[in-house]
Amino acid sequence: MNNNYEMVVGLEVHAELNTDSKIYCSCKNAFGLEVNSQVCPICMGMPGTLPTLNEKVVEYAIKMGHALNCKINGVCKQDRKNYFYPDLPKAYQISQAEVPLCENGHLDVMVDGKVKSIGVTRIHIEEDAGKLLHDDSFAGSLVDLNRCGVPLIEIVSEPDIRSSAEAKAYLETIKSILQYINISDCKMQEGSIRCDVNVSVHKIGEPFGTRCEMKNVNSFSAAIRGIEYEAKRQIEVLENGGTVEQETRRWDDVKGESVVMRTKENANDYRYFPEPDLLTIVVEDETIEKLRAEIPELPNAKLVRYVNELGISQSDASVIAESVDKANYFDAAVALKKCTAKGICKWLLGDISSLINETGIILSDFALTPEKLADLVAIIESGAISNAAGKTVFETILQEGGEVKDIVEKKGLAQNSNTDELEAIAKAVLAENEKSVADFKGGKTNALGFLVGQCMKASKGKANPGMMKEIVARMLEEQ
Amino acid sequence: MELYNKSAAELSAMLKNKECSAVEITESVMSRAEAVDGDVNAYITLCKESALEKAKAVDAAIAEGKELGALAGIPIGIKDNISTKGIKTTCASKMLENYEPPFNATVIDRVNANDMVITGKLNMDEFAMGSSTENSYFKKTLNPHGLDRVPGGSSGGSAAAVAARECIVALGSDTGGSIRQPASYCGVIGLKPTYSSVSRYGLVAFASSLDQIGPLGTSVKDVAMLQSAICGYDKMDATSAYRDYPDFAALLSTDVTGLKIGIPEEYYGEGIDAAVKTSVMNAVRELEKKGAVVKNISLPSTSYAINAYYIISSAEASSNLARFDGVKYGYRAEDYDSLVDMYEKTRSEGFGDEVKRRIMLGTFVLSSGYYDAYYKTAKLLQRKIKQEFADAFSEVDVIITPTAPSKAFRIGENTDNPLKMYAADVCTVPINIAGLPAMSIPCGDDNGMPLGMQIIGKDFSEQTLFNTAYAYENIMGGNLCKMPEIK
Repeated sequence: MNNNYEMVVGLEVHAELNTDSKIYCSCKNAFGLEVNSQVCPICMGMPGTLPTLNEKVVEYAIKMGHALNCKINGVCKQDRKNYFYPDLPKAYQISQAEVPLCENGHLDVMVDGKVKSIGVTRIHIEEDAGKLLHDDSFAGSLVDLNRCGVPLIEIVSEPDIRSSAEAKAYLETIKSILQYINISDCKMQEGSIRCDVNVSVHKIGEPFGTRCEMKNVNSFSAAIRGIEYEAKRQIEVLENGGTVEQETRRWDDVKGESVVMRTKENANDYRYFPEPDLLTIVVEDETIEKLRAEIPELPNAKLVRYVNELGISQSDASVIAESVDKANYFDAAVALKKCTAKGICKWLLGDISSLINETGIILSDFALTPEKLADLVAIIESGAISNAAGKTVFETILQEGGEVKDIVEKKGLAQNSNTDELEAIAKAVLAENEKSVADFKGGKTNALGFLVGQCMKASKGKANPGMMKEIVARMLEEQ
Repeated sequence: MELYNKSAAELSAMLKNKECSAVEITESVMSRAEAVDGDVNAYITLCKESALEKAKAVDAAIAEGKELGALAGIPIGIKDNISTKGIKTTCASKMLENYEPPFNATVIDRVNANDMVITGKLNMDEFAMGSSTENSYFKKTLNPHGLDRVPGGSSGGSAAAVAARECIVALGSDTGGSIRQPASYCGVIGLKPTYSSVSRYGLVAFASSLDQIGPLGTSVKDVAMLQSAICGYDKMDATSAYRDYPDFAALLSTDVTGLKIGIPEEYYGEGIDAAVKTSVMNAVRELEKKGAVVKNISLPSTSYAINAYYIISSAEASSNLARFDGVKYGYRAEDYDSLVDMYEKTRSEGFGDEVKRRIMLGTFVLSSGYYDAYYKTAKLLQRKIKQEFADAFSEVDVIITPTAPSKAFRIGENTDNPLKMYAADVCTVPINIAGLPAMSIPCGDDNGMPLGMQIIGKDFSEQTLFNTAYAYENIMGGNLCKMPEIK
């Protein structure tokens, strides 16, 4: 990006909530079922039907409001957003216009090791629309109404984002918070989170530029690509003496470009007005506070704690923090205070993560409990067993179960740290390998590695490798 | 006397005493409908077979000694904007000419639970928009008391069918007077219940915040019985009130001693025919003689109600009727070359002029830049009108006004003048704006054409309205709804 310019980005994230039933009827809220099978007269918008609000949706949205430090509007209403499209059977979407359920919040994210606070303008509840189906096997378009009435929250950020890296951190944090408080499945491939992107650019020190909105951004990585493309496009327009028009653009992720959908003159007039079929939403303060108490420590807070208090690197810390399962496992193991947090982190992001990727195991159901991992790391860090022996213990627990201490004992994995015994081994090995000793003296320092290896072999792998190396080096110097 | 010319209460007693069967009642009403509906045109769909089947089932249940409700076996006609599972519900529109709902409106479930016999679906102004039933896509219903005149609207089919005894009672819907004004024109009794007391689930919406289903009949008791059957909380309608209702018919009383009747000057001014004013005031004097106390009051914002009404109701209608887009059900234009073209042609061809007029009006008042000036102002007026009624009801128990400015006008008389047509609702519209209950009962005639008086009460005061009407009915000898000579 041209260094004279700064980008200004605001994001609108739509997340489908994972309530059992839809927002205004009792149909099941489920993905991937037979076309038009999860529908009833209400969500199909048959004449005469009326919506009734699923209160769970309000609770879920309030939880997100708490997580994003919002003010909760315990009294608010729902409004109709009117537009024609075949996937919208009533020809209006029930949403919230003037007064959203949650507003004036912020989200702290970590970018390049620094905490950045991004304003959250509002969170409101609304219903999803259906889906148009296009396929070569039939002419025209068909419509699947299963998704009609699936509850959504729309999270609107302030234009506080200044780079694609910040946008990425913001989106990933939102996603992991949704998972932490368990209100959305966050399955990108099922479209359960989508976002609209607003981008403008301006020369540093000058007022904000005209913004463009980009729709059809179906993944976070597409959002990042879209933001970068759009900022670059706008800078080019300005650099060539043009002006950026306020318009809505459609992101084409395959082509990697955005195209105009509609200009400001053709902007939709949604004719919002209060939904007369639904009463004002009234949530008691007590309920709002009860929901606040249900919010656990959130991933962005964990990230800061891991980096600042536990000394974990930001990249490792964010991998752990963004997954509820990993973070819970990590926190449980660290809390035992048997070993260092870094030691836990190394195993969690190493062997355990590989295992998750290969076999899809679930951490909450993992044979190596946080307690056992802490025991294992502690025994390695104490020097009682080697790292290699640790792996054996790990494999054994996975296959047969058992306690760390018992396995170390049963398999005789305890490391030999007795100086006298190690010196005896070294003495014997050096005596048998005069050539290598001579090589070392002659300046071939890698002979040391070979000799230490021979010592380890002679100890049947039980020698403490650190001590062994020290002893061999000392004896070589002394000779 | 023929069975079809009896009240529901009378027929109920006869059934109980085994003086007639439900099948006999239904047959009597069906033959009556077949005999006169060629003139009156009240029905869009007559359900003869299913009605007789239901009547047979009622007779069988009676024979088995089952305890049935008071309305069991009573033939009821249903306005054609109330969803009936498997029976066409057209809203008198080309748009829904062949539409059969896959579910019943809550009121239909209640009618069925009371073992009533549905006779068929009744004509109306298209999507309940109109005051004469001339806006029906299918046919014009005529006033049984004078076939050259309109029955009123939009529930013109319901009022005319009850007046002509083509059903014993009927359900209508009232958004701005659509039960009361036709009841007045046709010389029958109609109630617009308190907003939220009768479930709207299954009523094809015109203006959601104003629509209310209500009963029509030829006796106060019949209307009270039917209201008891259909009212009550419904979890399918979020705006339905969570409360209990009394058995209105059981609590009927003719005692009006001390009843404070308010007479608002604004309802007796210019534009109201002298014959109407005289009839209504004569009726009020009769109640006064029985001990009621008459008090002059003022509702100063009355003249703004019709403006507020056309803004709010059209705004909601423009949104409610947007779903008729040719995609899922109902009419779809035959030739089109794009999605937008399909929408435009479907809606241009499927809706009648009045409906299109209201959709355009409603779309305009909600548009960006006009919302505050129109919709918001109308909502503020609504609050003021509500407050004025609330203030009035701190001094009086009921308010009595004319139901309509005149007797029924002639067919075609107002069709070219929408504003004159809208004026027919000037006395009824404020009540919907305020959400109050009101009923129309016959109170005389103008050259043989019935006139109605409107009794308005505070929220959920239906019992007071019924009692006031019952007292007047009793004063008049027990029968307010004269049988018309259909000619």
